[in-house]
Amino acid sequence: MSLDKATVARVATLARIKVPDADLERMAGELQGIMSWIEQLSEVDTKDVAPMSSVVGHVLSQRADVVADGGRADAVTSCAPERVQLGDGAFFVVPKVIE
Amino acid sequence: MSALTDLTIAEARAGLAAKRFSARELAAAHVEAMERAKDLNAYITPTPDKALEMAARSDARLAAGQAGALEGIPLAIKDLFCTEGTRTTAASRILDGFVPPYESTVTSRLWDAGAVMLGKTNLDEFAMGSSNMTSAFGGVKNPWKRRGDARDLVPGGSSGGSAAAVAARIAMGATATDTGGSIRQPAAFCGVVGIKPTYGRCSRWGIVAFASSLDQAGPIARDVRDTAIMLGAMAGHDAKDSTSVPRAVPDYEAALGRGVKGLRFGIPREYMLDGMPAEIARLWEQGIAWLREAGAEPVEISLPHTKYALPAYYIVAPAEASSNLARYDGVRFGTRVAGNSIEELYENTRGAGFGAEVRRRILIGTYVLSAGYYDAYYLKAQKVRALIARDFDEAYAKCDVVLTPTAPSAAFAMGEKMDDPVAMYLNDVFTVTVNLAGLPGISLPAGLSSDGLPLGLQLIGRAFDEETLFAASHVLERAAGFSARPGA
Amino acid sequence: MIIEGKTGPWEIVIGLEVHAQVVSDAKLFSGASTAFGAEPNAQVSFVDAAFPGMLPVINRACVEQAVKTGLGLSATINEVSVFDRKNYFYPDLPAGYQISQYKQPIVGEGHLDIDLASGETKRVGIERLHLEQDAGKSIHDQHPQKTYIDLNRAGVALMEIVSKPEMRSPEEAGAYMRKMRALVRYLGTCDGNMEEGSLRCDANVSVRRPGEGLGTRCELKNINSIRFVMQAIEYEARRQVEVLEDGGTIRQETRLFDSAKGVTRPMRSKEHAHDYRYFPDPDLLPLVLDRKWIEEVRASLPELPDAKKARFVSDYKLTPYDAGVLVAEKENAEFFEVVARGRKDPKLAANWVIVELFGALNRLGRDIASSPVSARQLAGLLDLIENDTISGRIAKDVFGFMVETGRDAAAIVEERGLRQVTDTGAIEAAIDKVIADSAAKVAEYRGGKQALFGWFVGQVMKSTGGKANPAAVNELLRKKLAG
Repeated sequence: MSLDKATVARVATLARIKVPDADLERMAGELQGIMSWIEQLSEVDTKDVAPMSSVVGHVLSQRADVVADGGRADAVTSCAPERVQLGDGAFFVVPKVIE
Repeated sequence: MSALTDLTIAEARAGLAAKRFSARELAAAHVEAMERAKDLNAYITPTPDKALEMAARSDARLAAGQAGALEGIPLAIKDLFCTEGTRTTAASRILDGFVPPYESTVTSRLWDAGAVMLGKTNLDEFAMGSSNMTSAFGGVKNPWKRRGDARDLVPGGSSGGSAAAVAARIAMGATATDTGGSIRQPAAFCGVVGIKPTYGRCSRWGIVAFASSLDQAGPIARDVRDTAIMLGAMAGHDAKDSTSVPRAVPDYEAALGRGVKGLRFGIPREYMLDGMPAEIARLWEQGIAWLREAGAEPVEISLPHTKYALPAYYIVAPAEASSNLARYDGVRFGTRVAGNSIEELYENTRGAGFGAEVRRRILIGTYVLSAGYYDAYYLKAQKVRALIARDFDEAYAKCDVVLTPTAPSAAFAMGEKMDDPVAMYLNDVFTVTVNLAGLPGISLPAGLSSDGLPLGLQLIGRAFDEETLFAASHVLERAAGFSARPGA
Repeated sequence: MIIEGKTGPWEIVIGLEVHAQVVSDAKLFSGASTAFGAEPNAQVSFVDAAFPGMLPVINRACVEQAVKTGLGLSATINEVSVFDRKNYFYPDLPAGYQISQYKQPIVGEGHLDIDLASGETKRVGIERLHLEQDAGKSIHDQHPQKTYIDLNRAGVALMEIVSKPEMRSPEEAGAYMRKMRALVRYLGTCDGNMEEGSLRCDANVSVRRPGEGLGTRCELKNINSIRFVMQAIEYEARRQVEVLEDGGTIRQETRLFDSAKGVTRPMRSKEHAHDYRYFPDPDLLPLVLDRKWIEEVRASLPELPDAKKARFVSDYKLTPYDAGVLVAEKENAEFFEVVARGRKDPKLAANWVIVELFGALNRLGRDIASSPVSARQLAGLLDLIENDTISGRIAKDVFGFMVETGRDAAAIVEERGLRQVTDTGAIEAAIDKVIADSAAKVAEYRGGKQALFGWFVGQVMKSTGGKANPAAVNELLRKKLAG
C-alpha cells in the first residue's frame, strides 16, 4: 500500500481540502511516513476480538419527543459569512449548485 | 509579583471567605500579571473587562453568603470551549470571526460555581499536537527554561496555553482537554497538575470536537487539591451529550486525605522503554519508593499491547477528526474563501483555513476510512483498542492504580521535533493508552531534570475512580515536595 | 410482466427504496420542530446546523415509530443497532455527514403482502428498515448565481425501507407503494404524502432473460406519485431492453424521472463516485431495545389493513374486492364500521359507502374527514331503508339532500313527505285507477306483452309520487293484472 501523489490528490478531493500540485509530492511523503509507522498494527492478532463499540460500556439514552429547540432563525444564521433574510427567516447562501 | 497570584485555589477560597481580599482584587492582580507576561503568548483572547465584571458579581454573592464552590476564582479557559459572546478560535484561522451563541456545559458549570473568566488560552490547532506549535496564533513559551540556556521551550500540547498560564501564575487554574495526553503532557512539561477524568465524566457539549471517542475535559492547576476542587465543579451528567455518563459526582476534595495504606499500585513493564532517559527512570523509581513508604504495595503488571497504542490512536483520532471537521466549510460560521462553485468554496476555505498538521490528520483520517481500507485500519485499530482496554481490566484484578512517568522527556526547545510528524507523536507514548481505554489519568510534578526542568509522574485509575487518583497523587505530592518555580 | 423484445422475452426486476418521514413532534437527534411550512431556518437548532461542539441525542418517539413500522412489516426487530456516519459534502448536509445506519439497522427482514388487480396477493420481501436524518433543502431558483439553503428539514427522522428485488412489473410496484402507504398511515408512523415529499420512492430497475441472473440496474429518482412510479419503471425497463437488443450494455447509474416528458435521463454526475466512509458515530452509543418493550409496542398496534380486510370478509360477508376498497384508508374503514355496526345487511352499508358516499366525496373534492354526511347520519338513512320507511330509490334522493344540507335523513323525510306508502289499501286504489285509465294497455298486457309490466309499475309509482313500496306494488299489480 503506497500513498502516491494520485492517491493524495484523490483523498484531498474527498476531504475537500485544496492541496496545490506543487505540494502533492511532499504531502505524499509525509503521509506515507505516518502510514508506514502505523503498519505495525498488522502484527497484532485480532482474530475473534470484537472492536470497541462503546468506551464506557453504556447504552444510548433516549429523550422525550418534545419541541425544545429551534425557533431562532436569526441566531442560527447570524454567524454565516453570507446570508439573505426573508421575513422572519433567513437562508444560508452559497454559489449556485448544479444538480 | 503580587502575592495574590501565588495563591492556590484552596488558599484563595479561604482568603475570600475570611475577607482578607476581594474577588475584584484577585481578578485585577491576575489581569495585571497577564499583561506583564504577554510575551508567553499563553492567551489568544484575554478578557480583562469580563473578568472584573464577573469578579464584582462574585463579591456580591460572597457578601450575601451565597458563595459557590469556586466563587471569585480566576480561571483560564482553553480556546476549544465555546464561550458565549467571547470569540472562540480552536487556534485555527478557519474559525475567524466565530463568536459562539452558546456556552459549553463545562464552562457553564464553572460560572454557576462562581468562577471568573480571565481569557481563552492558546492551544495546538483543533487540539492536534503536543507542543502548541501548530496554533495559528503562534507558539506558547514555557515559563521554564533550561539552566543556563536562553532558548524558548515548548509548554507541551495541545493544552500548552492552559498549562503555561497556570505555571506562570497568570491564572489560578485552567480548563483543558485531553485526547491523547493533551492535559497530562503539558502539565508535566510545565510543572503543574493536570487530570483527564474517565471518558463520559465531563460533558463534551459545546467543546469543539477533535476525536469524539477520546476527547475529555479536565482541569489544570498548581496542586492536587485544586484540581480536585475544579473537577468537582466541572464533572456531571449532561443529557445533551449522549456519551456523558449518569453517575453522581463524589466529593473529590474529601478523597485527598484517604492515604494509600494497602493500595496496590501496578508498574507496567512495557512502559520501561529502551532509551528512556535515566533521570525519568530514576524519578519513576523514586515514585515507587514514596508510595511504598506510605503503605502502598507495588505490583509488577503487564500491559502487553502498550506499544500498539500510539499507532492505533493515530488511526482512530484522525479518522474521527476527519469527520468532525467536515463542518468547517465556510457556509454557516467562520471564515469563507470564495470560489466559483461550491466545491471550490469548500476546497479553498479548508485549504487556507486549516494548518499543516490539521490538514495532514484530516487526510490520514479520510484515507483510513476510505473504501477498501476500513477493515485494515479503522476496524483493526478499534480491535486493538479493545485489547488495550482488556489489558487494563486484567491488570486491575491485581492492582488498584498504575504508576508511570508522564512523558518520555522534559520540555524540548521550540523548533525541535518539527521535521518528522512521527517524532512529535512519540511524546504521547505514556499517555495515549489511557484515552484509548477511557480511563482517568493524572500527572503531577515529581522532580526536576538535570537542567532544572519539571518532570511528571502519571497515575492511571479504574473507570470512575478519580478518588483513588486524588488520594494517591496527594501522597506523592507531599512526598515529592515539589516547590520549584519557573524562573522566567 | 414480460417485455417481448425483438430478440425474445425479457423479465423486469424491481426493488424499491422508500424514504418515509417519521411522524413526531421533534427531530431525530435534536429538539427542533418537524412541523411543515415554517419560515426558512426557523426550525433549526445549533445541533441541526452542525455548529462547533454540538452533539446528537436520540428521540424515543422516532425509535418507537421505526419499531412499529417494522412490526407492521412482520419484520425482525434488532435489539441492538448502531448509528453510522455517512460522510459526503453537500450544502444541505451541514455536518458533512448524515447520521444513518449501515451494517446494523434497527429492523431486519420482513414482508409486505400486495394486492393485485386480479384479486391475487403477492408477498414482497423486505430487506431492512433503518433510521436516518433527512437533509435540508437547496433552493436554486431564487438567484441566478447563488443557491439558498434552508435547514428546516435537516435532521427530521426518516425511515429508509428497502425491499428485496422481488417485483416484476410496474403494476406490482404501484401495488407495493399503495400498500406501504396504507400501512404507515394505519400505524400513524408516516403521513404517506408523496406529493409533499413525506413518502419518497427510488426504484432500482434491471431487466434479464427469464431464468438468468440479475442484470445491471439503474436507480430512478425524483418520483413523486404512485402513477409516476409505474410510468418511470415502464419507460426504464423498455429503454434497457432496447439498449440490450441493440447490442449495448447498461451503465450502472442514477437516472432522474422527467414527469413532463415521461422519460428517465442520467443525473448530471455530481463529481466522482461517492465514497461514504461509513463508520459508527462516536457521538452515539449502540441503541439497545428491551424485548419486553418491543412486545408492548406490538400489543399496542392498531388492526392493520390485511387483518381488517379479512375481518370484513368474514364478519360482514363483504366481497374481498369491496373489503379491499374500504380498508385502503383507515378512516374510510372506520367510517364504514360505524355505518355497518349491528346491521342485518352490512353489504348494504358497503354499497352505500363505496358507491354513494365516495361518489359524493369525489364530486365535491373532499376527503372523509370533511364529509358533509357523517357515519352516524348515513347509518340513520340506512335504518330508514331497512325498516321500510323509505325505498332504496327514494333514499338516493334523501342522500342527495343530506349532502347538500348536512341534515339528518329522518328530518328530511318528514319535511318533504317522502315516507314510503306501504298501506296496501292505498296502493290497491292507485293500481285500480291506473288499470281503469289504461284499458288498451291492460288488454295488450293480458294479450301477451309482458314487457308492459314495467310501464304499469312506472305509472303506479308516478301516481304515488314515487313513495309506494316497490315490492308491494309489484306483488299487487301482478295479481290485479292477472285478472
